[in-house]
Amino acid sequence: MSLSLDGAGLVHPNGHRALHHVSLSLASGARAAVVGPSGAGKTTLIRVLGTALRPTGGRVDVLGVDPWQVGTGALRALRARIGVVHQNPPIPPRLRVVTAVLAGRLGTWPTWKALASLLLPGDAAGAREALARLDLGDRVFDRCDRLSGGQLQRVGIARVLYQRPDLILADEPVSALDPTLADEAVGALVAASEANGATLIASLHAVDLALKWFPRLIGMKGGEVVFDRPTAAVTTAMLHELYATEGRTLPVQGVEAQASERGPNVLVLRRPGCQ
Amino acid sequence: MSASLGSTAPLAAPLRDPAARGRLGALVAAIVVLWPLLVLAEFRPAALFETGHLQVMADFLRGFLPPSTAPDFLPLLAKATLETLAIATAGIALAFLVAAPLAVLACRALAVSRIGPGPGRRRSAALRAGTRALLTGLRAIPEVVWALIFVRALGLGPGAGVLALAVTYGGMLGKVYTEILESGDTRSARALLEASGRLGALFYALVPSTAQELASYTVYRWECAVRASVVMGFVGAGGLGQLMDQSMKMLNGGEASTILLTFLLLVVLADAASAVIRRVLA
Repeated sequence: MSLSLDGAGLVHPNGHRALHHVSLSLASGARAAVVGPSGAGKTTLIRVLGTALRPTGGRVDVLGVDPWQVGTGALRALRARIGVVHQNPPIPPRLRVVTAVLAGRLGTWPTWKALASLLLPGDAAGAREALARLDLGDRVFDRCDRLSGGQLQRVGIARVLYQRPDLILADEPVSALDPTLADEAVGALVAASEANGATLIASLHAVDLALKWFPRLIGMKGGEVVFDRPTAAVTTAMLHELYATEGRTLPVQGVEAQASERGPNVLVLRRPGCQ
Repeated sequence: MSASLGSTAPLAAPLRDPAARGRLGALVAAIVVLWPLLVLAEFRPAALFETGHLQVMADFLRGFLPPSTAPDFLPLLAKATLETLAIATAGIALAFLVAAPLAVLACRALAVSRIGPGPGRRRSAALRAGTRALLTGLRAIPEVVWALIFVRALGLGPGAGVLALAVTYGGMLGKVYTEILESGDTRSARALLEASGRLGALFYALVPSTAQELASYTVYRWECAVRASVVMGFVGAGGLGQLMDQSMKMLNGGEASTILLTFLLLVVLADAASAVIRRVLA
């Protein structure tokens, strides 16, 4: 089992309950999308799975390790196997794109290589290859403050593609991208997961992307898992109930949102093949 | 988090800034504290402009004019200037070696154990507190006192000044580096701290996002070290200070003012260097 939560809960010090009794498990190499309204606990779930937050209740098991029972060395080794795509890419504006992408492997590089790479990029070709998968191959040596928000978000994804982790966690990875690029970027994450046998969990705002790319959907609301089932078994009614949008539109990407406004019950569920 | 966007207070209610009362209180407190301090410090700026006082100051300053350009003095000045530059530069270099590792140890933004929080966080917090205390101790004693001590051990000369700077300025640089690093882009540092650990977060997030401030503060401290070397020169630690001490003792105001002009020049140079470095790092 690659990943499991068993009755995991998280209460912030201010008393806010961000996760309540969440249990789920994913096999190695499995892919799932987390959907739900704003404030549902999607980010908290991703952070707990990424060992960035310690649950205040329940058990968590990541890549066969209980991160809060092992020592610092094992925890560090575990974290090097996890790649996180953040919604707001955590990249200092003065950094060059190549450095930002190469930072993906800092967890496995020896210190001398990490330091030398600041002077002369240790693997510029590798960085460009990862960027090229996101249509950014020509920006390798640009500074990050010269990129647009969408481009920077793709640099954040490229960092994880370059890292080649065993577990990819993506928190709203395409929120700043237009529909075509968003589709491509999620596709690149799925392809990376397929190529390396990495487990992939992505929280997505656009329901249609989740339906298109992921075989399993986890619906969250108010810090709890409302449903967790194969995508084929998720009905439009379940999604409407999740978002409390009875008779209105579901959050989808720009183009579809407009189209779906016309019909009565409205979301076009695209399910190409078994992707 | 609450989904009830519509349930805010009625718009008709008067809008009161909840921070206003606290700010007014802080202002009053500041005045109440500062006023007695000014009285205690005998702060009476008007006294400067009483006729007798102006006359005395003018007489004192007149002794400094014109600046001396005596041919036997200028080589001495050149040698002392070089010595001062050497003291300040070597002192700052050593201080950097002291400060950099301590700043990394003391920086909260680089504490892996705070994630989660994870294992070893008590020990890590204690280590940070200890390092901060060490930095405080290093900078609490003025460099001139250290210079006095080291002159006893090493004899008269620049060596004592270098060591004194390394100790005191090590403490100052360490404290301010820590604070600059903590005010950097902590979100990107946190992400790398989670993914790769302390050195990655330091060199791939915090240093790139604070390089300008770090460099600018270091150059400013170098400038301060140049000035500090005067005071230390008075106690025998070499450089322009020692020369100035001699000139003052021989009541040679012209030489003293040439030395002061040299200082002005050095400070202008430091400022220019800082501007160039900031532009390069921008």
